[in-house]
Amino acid sequence: MCGIAGIVNLREGLPPPTREALTRMAGALEHRGPDEFGVYRDARAGLAHARLSIIDLTSGQQPLSNEDGTLWVSFNGEIFNYLELKAELEALGHRFRTRSDTEVIVHAWEAWGEQAFSRFNGQWAIALWDSRREVLVLARDRVGVRPLYLARHQGRLAFASEVKALFAGLPDLPRAIDPLGLDETFTFWSVLAPRTMFRGISEVEPGHVQVWSRGAFVRDVPCWQPTYPQGERHRFEGSLDEATVALRQALEDATRLRLLRADVPVGCYLSGGLDSSLIAALAARARPSSLRTFSLRFADAEYDETPYQRAMVERLGTEHSELRVSRRQIAEALPDVIRHTERPLLRTAPAPLFLLSQLVRDSGFKVVLTGEGADEVLAGYDLFREAKVRRFWARAPGSSWRPLLLERLYPYLARSPVSQRALARQFFGRDLEHPSSAGFGHQPRWQSTAALKRLFGPSVREALTGTDPVAHLLGSLPSEFPRWPPLAQDQYLEVRTLLSSYLLSSQGDRMLMAHGVEGRFPFLDAQVMELANSFPPAFKLRGLDEKHVLKRVAKELVAKEICARPKQPYRAPDALSFIGADRPEWIDERLSEAAVRDVGLFEPALVGQLWRKCLARREERQFSNADNMALVGVLSTQLLHQQLVQRAPSPREVPLKTLIEDPRAP
Amino acid sequence: MDLREQIRQFVCSNFYVSDPAALADDASLLDAGIVDSTGVLEIITFIERELGVTVEDAEMLPQNLDSVRALVAFVQKKRGS
Repeated sequence: MCGIAGIVNLREGLPPPTREALTRMAGALEHRGPDEFGVYRDARAGLAHARLSIIDLTSGQQPLSNEDGTLWVSFNGEIFNYLELKAELEALGHRFRTRSDTEVIVHAWEAWGEQAFSRFNGQWAIALWDSRREVLVLARDRVGVRPLYLARHQGRLAFASEVKALFAGLPDLPRAIDPLGLDETFTFWSVLAPRTMFRGISEVEPGHVQVWSRGAFVRDVPCWQPTYPQGERHRFEGSLDEATVALRQALEDATRLRLLRADVPVGCYLSGGLDSSLIAALAARARPSSLRTFSLRFADAEYDETPYQRAMVERLGTEHSELRVSRRQIAEALPDVIRHTERPLLRTAPAPLFLLSQLVRDSGFKVVLTGEGADEVLAGYDLFREAKVRRFWARAPGSSWRPLLLERLYPYLARSPVSQRALARQFFGRDLEHPSSAGFGHQPRWQSTAALKRLFGPSVREALTGTDPVAHLLGSLPSEFPRWPPLAQDQYLEVRTLLSSYLLSSQGDRMLMAHGVEGRFPFLDAQVMELANSFPPAFKLRGLDEKHVLKRVAKELVAKEICARPKQPYRAPDALSFIGADRPEWIDERLSEAAVRDVGLFEPALVGQLWRKCLARREERQFSNADNMALVGVLSTQLLHQQLVQRAPSPREVPLKTLIEDPRAP
Repeated sequence: MDLREQIRQFVCSNFYVSDPAALADDASLLDAGIVDSTGVLEIITFIERELGVTVEDAEMLPQNLDSVRALVAFVQKKRGS
């Protein structure tokens, strides 16, 4: 787990990338890998690396090469099945010098080329440089756990784990917000790869491989696509009981692999929910010594899950640490949070996780397991249940009792005044005439988020004339998509939008790596995903019972009260965090008419109305979903501009432990 | 200020509507994404506090609350009755 970066000359005749530029890039990624830094340089290309040492602490330095020093790699992540792959490669005659998983990548590429990546079970961003053929290969794991950005500028290609390292490596690279990125953010809650928030910068898509050769882009191909049942194909053939046994086995294997394939101790996050509780229970069984766990608590009771967390701690006998987070701490952390997410947020939920990873690091841990991915892979979200009710209702739109199921879904509706129920029907009853259209399940969320685009200023509106992010996304679906069951379609879109681009990024990698902590996610194991995708929809969403088969696995392993509790999505106070009388001064400054005008993305008068409304409602306990998203969205975009556009990168000096320079590189 | 204008002003400023002139009196506030379920409670609070009309539970319906025209008609009816 680390940070990677590099520069390749695309145009002939340019001077080689300098040691200074590559070192600046590594320095910009210091938080991701504070343990060691390395640079490789030849006449045409340079690779940089900031290392968080987890496997093979003594000899796993990077950049690292094959036997004859012609193929070089800079790697961020883990290939969890590296020992199995190494054995296969040794049988093919490859010789290894280290015990690291990094070296496996080099030999796997030599043996299998692009097919190598589909054999990896793990989480990775990889840059491979074949100095003899002058070929650069960039690759990302299946769902995009690890980030990888790139930019072309003045005849060079630069790539890095984070955008800030691109700016550090190419100081002349223009820094500007891309209105199209803002458009996607105010639709899907995040910009989607390959697009980024910055003009001229793109991101390698999850599960893709990009090849550049002798100065030219060659191809960008998926090395993995999810498979869901299509008739008999890709379908789990067994019973629900057999599926339960198979899922438990796959989760045990996935957890053991992530717990034991590390040369440093591995801890666990405990949220109080089913998913992380189950992973912690499996981890506790897989190791002889006691498990270390970490939890977030909230000063606001509405968001707090302490009793459930403690129930698991007691059951498993873990050594446990808690961090209690207040509104004020969330507000104070936001500028740092945005410097790390490098994209706006519509929710503050990442901020407490930024604070928690600091606690993990201070406790001497570099790796944690979490329950991330279970809700996407095994259908835990309300969105899936809501879509099922809406599709059922759409088959008889005139029915008066079918929409009553909405009240089963959102129990608060049954207790609400008539208005809430009637309005809910009107809200969820939209688009019922097209229940089999792609994106049907997501339209209510996308539409209510997109309504906030009314805050955009005139220049953004003009730049977005004729663009439609939803149409763009739905136009890029795999050809099999229409043949998948409706639940699988909803799951695919959820993985591609929210999981890859927000949960694993803004709320995942970036918050963990801000303090040099690696997250590992057993639910995103290649075998677990493949198995779960093959289950019939009714195993996952049985009636309206979400994650049904997972609950059956959890019954023997997780405290009873956790299995029985209604699902509580992880949330933090949003607008409420920023309106207290003791709020940090920068909030008013960033939302001021002058600052909004200066950034030029939002309409100052409307931001003023929104801000005054939020302040006037200071005593209210509840803010509307729209106001929460609007305030956090505007404020975080204003911070993003300040942190990454206005401020020039300030290079940090880091000492190079590894420096390999080709004599032809002056 | 007449009732219609008073209601329009509240809706446009409370929900930071970008182009008030483009908001048709009969446009559904819910379908336009201007109002969500919590937003409806804000409208009800406005009607009760600023316009002096009490909204009964059974009256909290889209046909009374979901557009400027519906709101005007509803408040007039309540004041007249």
